[in-house]
Amino acid sequence: MAARPKTIVVGGGLAGLMAVIKIAEAGIPVQIFSFVPVKRSHSVCAQGGINASVNTKGEGDSPQIHFYETVKGGDFLANQPLAKGMCEAAPGIVYLLDRMGVPFNRTPEGLLDFRGFGGTLYSRTAFAGATTGQQLLYALDEQVRKYEAEELVEKYEYWEFLSIVKDSEGACRGIAAQDLRTMEIRVFPADAVCLATGGNGVIYGKSTLSMVCTGSAASAVYQQGAIHANGEFIQVHPTAIPGEDKHRLMSESARAEGGRMWVPRDGKPWYFLEEKYPRYKNLVPRDIATREIYHVCRVLKLGVDGKDMVYLDLSHIPAETLNRKLGGILEIYEKFVGDDPRKVPMKVFPSIHYSMGGLWIDYEADGSGNIVAGSPRNHQTNIPGLFAAGEVDYEYHGANRLGANSLLSCFYGGMLAGPAMVSYAKGLERSCDAVPASVFEAERKRQEEACGRISALSGTENPFVLHQELGEVMTDNVAVVRYNDKLQAADNAILAFMDRWKCIDIHDASTWANQAVSFTRQLWNMLELARVITLGALRRDESRGSHYKPDFPERNDGAWLKTTLATWTPSGPEFRYAPVDISLLKPEARKY
Amino acid sequence: MAKNTIELKIKRQDGPNVAARWEEFSIPYKPNTNIISALMEVRRHPYTVQGQKTTPPVWDANCLEEVCGACSMIINGKVRQACSALIDHLEQPIALEPMTKFPLVRDLVVDRRRMFDALKRMHAWIPIDGTYNLGPGPRVDPNMQAGAYSLARCMTCGCCLEVCPQVTPTSKFIGAAAISQVRLFNMHPTGKMHARERLEALMGEGGLQDCGNAQNCVHACPKEIPLTESIAAMGRETTAYVLKRLFGG
Repeated sequence: MAARPKTIVVGGGLAGLMAVIKIAEAGIPVQIFSFVPVKRSHSVCAQGGINASVNTKGEGDSPQIHFYETVKGGDFLANQPLAKGMCEAAPGIVYLLDRMGVPFNRTPEGLLDFRGFGGTLYSRTAFAGATTGQQLLYALDEQVRKYEAEELVEKYEYWEFLSIVKDSEGACRGIAAQDLRTMEIRVFPADAVCLATGGNGVIYGKSTLSMVCTGSAASAVYQQGAIHANGEFIQVHPTAIPGEDKHRLMSESARAEGGRMWVPRDGKPWYFLEEKYPRYKNLVPRDIATREIYHVCRVLKLGVDGKDMVYLDLSHIPAETLNRKLGGILEIYEKFVGDDPRKVPMKVFPSIHYSMGGLWIDYEADGSGNIVAGSPRNHQTNIPGLFAAGEVDYEYHGANRLGANSLLSCFYGGMLAGPAMVSYAKGLERSCDAVPASVFEAERKRQEEACGRISALSGTENPFVLHQELGEVMTDNVAVVRYNDKLQAADNAILAFMDRWKCIDIHDASTWANQAVSFTRQLWNMLELARVITLGALRRDESRGSHYKPDFPERNDGAWLKTTLATWTPSGPEFRYAPVDISLLKPEARKY
Repeated sequence: MAKNTIELKIKRQDGPNVAARWEEFSIPYKPNTNIISALMEVRRHPYTVQGQKTTPPVWDANCLEEVCGACSMIINGKVRQACSALIDHLEQPIALEPMTKFPLVRDLVVDRRRMFDALKRMHAWIPIDGTYNLGPGPRVDPNMQAGAYSLARCMTCGCCLEVCPQVTPTSKFIGAAAISQVRLFNMHPTGKMHARERLEALMGEGGLQDCGNAQNCVHACPKEIPLTESIAAMGRETTAYVLKRLFGG
């Protein structure tokens, strides 16, 4: 084994940057590839905060309660050792972020302030205004810049990940990537590679996600043999501002700070969540709030002005409090809608928001369910040497994610993945430098040919129109309320899109900064993943967390307390199911 | 008067070393939309008003919520984020151009690497001993947190550089964004311990002394960051530092 292993992290959001920091801290060089300058990654969109049971408010909160609520919030589909490890690490993580200079809101005594969030009755969420994700990402970006100045980290920004390079034994030995300016395709050898490429909400066209969240990288490795797990679990956030280009998130923290949801009924406000859930009120988990809003608008037809719209009302809260704790989202509402939420109720509707599913990853736990630190199995996919962390992996959240747990799982995932990559690389018998050059050259050629085929597409279809149609099919049929006949129809539609994809007209012959070629490649990858989501949903005949079928309204642990595993084949995804690790908490009815 | 269309003029340039051209587009009007949705519509229907099929315009964008800083461009002569530029507030035809102070990549995309390089030169980070568990960070006065937060919202979008007369494609001036970041890190209880390194860097080539006090930056900042206050504060801090260095403080 070479004295200094080579490592690659793809994706520069919270999970990717944390993995980078852990690797660099071990004195090992790391190359980071990102579609956008890392500081512009989607983590900036996280608003409300990050969970950690620090218990500064004398409420008796503890990591054990956080763990229980995370598992219950996920309807018992999460593997419990990782969720436990995450919740136990959370207070230390928030302290570390604080030491890195994140401007968290403070109590009058100068301590970290915490607020409530969905699915809990404790004040557990540390926050920096209402742009917590942005502030966390910046803190990590700054730490990485320090390592960049020390030449331990090398950034490749405006590069698109295309594929992994596999050796004759099927292990990952590097990546192929494309410079999005020169369009040059190169291969980069590495002993360990981590994908931290985020979620896939752009498959649904309009969502709360950023434009880069197409799931393309995850789909590419899925097509190379990586297992994709629990794809059918897609979180729909209850409160977003519908838009033409995207739906803009209105953070759950608005409700945590006292925001109330209502619609007019018989001339009076009807606080439908408070009435039905007297304990948790407006802070029931997201899947539940979203279904209630659908019920109010689509079944009872009580949406505001008869439309798909409900009120999220902050106007009773003092403006000073709102500015200090929610300034970032008030500004978004003012800028994009034009009304002042300090004075009038906001109009919101649910939007596709987060993928609980993703690349399957492993972990190593001891007999008591504690994660073994530094184990190379942690966060490793089924392809040796390929790791995944952040929204792109399927762990931690089960069938539904609690608010403010995503920043936490990104950070914790990166914290585990980095050292795991180092252990794995150090334990290799043969370094990537010993892999024949022909292996790398073959992958480069394969990618160059694939790119050439896309550039040569000269049919009649427009890739951006196809994407819009895909988004409509997915949003209409594979979102909040799911029926088997509609899911089947959606899959048929995706297959038709795949045929039409072959008739795309690229109409841009440029070999410089060609976004049409890049988008068309990602569109194919989105179609492959769309089938994983749709067919996974079709097969799962029960209701659990975000996955809801009126024809199968109950959770069915006997038949379905298991992880969906999808493997790519040329004729579509093949499904298997694996048991869930429920060794620490017994599944129980999920009541709020 | 009811409008039925949105008229757009986009400055197109296939690469850094080729001539630019203007292309005009007319797309169906929709209320409450922004420049990004208009560009998306052009991409779905890439025909100029003359009916010529053209290549899809190339632009930078990511979050579309004005927190990532990607989509800065010049809209009707004013530099701003395309995501928060609402069609209903703009005079038509709407002219879209790339920023001029950064190397052009293609169409509306420019290369803002110089801004990230400046952050590197300014040591814009809090040095920590390590990422292991070392307990809580320093206590922070809530007022200081509020001040820090307002500076920490800088998304490196480049608007302040675009409007600065001292910043040219060839000048070395780091611009208001990086100066303000030095202020941010120098006010943090831990960052303060390493203030000297940043002040030294700030007094180096392309640093604070290149500011011409035009004060355009603060008006262009989409996040209303008090950039001129930051510049003034850093002026005072560097002066104090120089005096201290001279007379041995």
